[in-house]
Amino acid sequence: MYRYDEFDRAFVHERVAEFRDQVGRRLSGELTEDQFKPLRLMNGVYLQLHAYMLRIAIPYGTLSSRQLRQLAAIARDHDRGYGHFTTRQNLQFNWIALKDVPDILEKLAAVEMHAIQTSGNCIRNVTADHFAGAAADEIADPRPYAEILRQWSSLHPEFTFLPRKFKIAVTGSPHDRAAIQTHDIGLQLTRDATGALGFVVYVGGGQGRTPMVARKIRDFLPERDLLAYCTAILRVYNLEGRRDNKYKARIKILVHESGEAAFREAVEAEFAALRDEALDLPTPERDRIATYFAPPPFAALPERSVVFERAIAADPDFARFASRNAHPHKVPGYAIVTVSLKPVGGPPGDATATQMEAVADIAAHYAFDEIRVSHEQNLVLPHVRRDDLPAVFAALRQAGLATPNAGLVTDIISCPGLDYCALATARSIPVAERISERFADLDRQHEIGDIKIKISGCINACGHHHVGHIGILGLERKGEEFYQITLGGSGDETCTIGEIVGPGFSSRRIVDAVETVIDTYLALRTSPRENFLAAYRRLGEAPFREALYAAAE
Amino acid sequence: MPLYRSGAFVTDDWTFLTDDTPLPATGAVGVSRTRFLAERDALLGRTDPVGVMLTAGDTLAGIVPDLPRLALIALRFPKYGDGRPYSLARLLRERHGYRGELRAIGDVLHDQIPLMRRCGFDAFEVSHPSTVAALRDQRVVAVRHHYQPASAEASEIRPESHPWRRVSAPHL
Repeated sequence: MYRYDEFDRAFVHERVAEFRDQVGRRLSGELTEDQFKPLRLMNGVYLQLHAYMLRIAIPYGTLSSRQLRQLAAIARDHDRGYGHFTTRQNLQFNWIALKDVPDILEKLAAVEMHAIQTSGNCIRNVTADHFAGAAADEIADPRPYAEILRQWSSLHPEFTFLPRKFKIAVTGSPHDRAAIQTHDIGLQLTRDATGALGFVVYVGGGQGRTPMVARKIRDFLPERDLLAYCTAILRVYNLEGRRDNKYKARIKILVHESGEAAFREAVEAEFAALRDEALDLPTPERDRIATYFAPPPFAALPERSVVFERAIAADPDFARFASRNAHPHKVPGYAIVTVSLKPVGGPPGDATATQMEAVADIAAHYAFDEIRVSHEQNLVLPHVRRDDLPAVFAALRQAGLATPNAGLVTDIISCPGLDYCALATARSIPVAERISERFADLDRQHEIGDIKIKISGCINACGHHHVGHIGILGLERKGEEFYQITLGGSGDETCTIGEIVGPGFSSRRIVDAVETVIDTYLALRTSPRENFLAAYRRLGEAPFREALYAAAE
Repeated sequence: MPLYRSGAFVTDDWTFLTDDTPLPATGAVGVSRTRFLAERDALLGRTDPVGVMLTAGDTLAGIVPDLPRLALIALRFPKYGDGRPYSLARLLRERHGYRGELRAIGDVLHDQIPLMRRCGFDAFEVSHPSTVAALRDQRVVAVRHHYQPASAEASEIRPESHPWRRVSAPHL
């Protein structure tokens, strides 16, 4: 993991002091709410429906047990004993008093954390594959580059007042778990013919009310040009992006309106000029950062684990857990474990302080002290010995965290929705809870197999419904909530925006509608190996639309 | 309007002309880019200094060849949230080597001044009363450690061997 040195420590402490001063000026009335708003947003403080919300940055979703314990302590001391992990690998506290925020930031700084740029029209927390450094299919670890980008973008003097927010994601594997094509900049590590590392560069993806899949503007960007090229993209966007309408201000609109070729030309021209000015990534600096992400001291273990295999044979609950929540690791004898934050009937992504501490203990004991937050709102233990999986399962079960549903129908992404959010038009968490109750039966979930349901409580699409295999968008009409269904979306390397199948459903009928879609899939799939998305791509929307609306017509 | 330059409030020695005000015979004058392009020869023919005012959304087209002869460029922030002048400032300083005064005008507030400074601004026209007071009393609490080079290289320290780290002076 990256560790702060004196310079990094001085930086966050100065930022806390600056924000303490800003809060003081707001509380004294020197700053109006209008003048304070962009300042608090730049530090992750939102005014929600009921209270202030504080969003804490978890750079590329990586935490140590000490950091997770501190988050638990903050949840207990300043919130209501729980926190909410978000689709951008961050953590939100929903019940915070503004006057407490500077003290909370001090506590975060003590464990090398902050809330810088978790909101505002700036470069947001950089995200990466939550299996980074562990995935069996990885070409190179994306975290050093995500860390370099995090540092470079921190309080960037030129790019703090962009037309709109700006999100960067990095993946090191061909199978994209970081949804890079739905980001403003998506970077995929790759090697050229000589074996040199570089990036495929995507620009202009995004969701919201105008969902767009990013365009590939570079097949190969040498790694040493990473910052110069990102500067070029950001500078073109800062100068040319629309500022007349906040709904047309994201870079995706600029790419769309300029046209891909003209946009690429503008970026390449700026990049050519910038190359002479500085900002190349020297190998020693790349290596210095990469050292922090060196693999932990893995033991030399056989591929097969007898302990693991015996437990599979003896305990069907463990077998079910292992079949969904344990994933292949690049090192023999190890596995990656998904810790599901999607219990049946619970709000997706929430964890109590006690649960955070339990995960911290497990990570310290069994997983080289490392925890990841996934954009699917789960936690991940990236390096667990297969021999230890039964013990880890038992410890997770003790904490109520062993739901064996990773990637299944109840592993739902949901935004906070109308229960918390001032922008929402409908509730989303209760819909997620009711769907998970409907599909609570584990045998049925495992029979349905891989499927991603994503729910947003408004058109801003924080629940990523556009890229859900089944997407649900909560809207409001004449004081009534209703829910629109999209099908066939995907956020991975085959990124696709889902298609709206037809008129929306009432809150009462939406769960039935989801069940109808799933039953239709089960009836039409060629075999259990054809998952929902593959079946949808083969069949198109017609049979699903017919099943959903035939009765009404 | 109070003008902050080189660590102190100073008397403004410039006159900014609207496009239809006649050109005075003497004195430093600032004009819009449109007027500069239209009356370039007359303006540059004067013995006293000439400056150009740009606003967010303007480009540098047309004025770049004359930069060495301009003593001031004023960049207007129509709203503090409009970040375009930051990029224009860096282009002027780093790409085009502009060395004259770079003045921030318009909605110039306390919390943006440290960022403006890093992007190459060295003078600030400030009307916001508490910003004036904060600058006067040196109460602008800013982050001094930076992770990227910008346009204030001359006033920043480059610690150790890290290529992008910079530390700025304790006071503006």
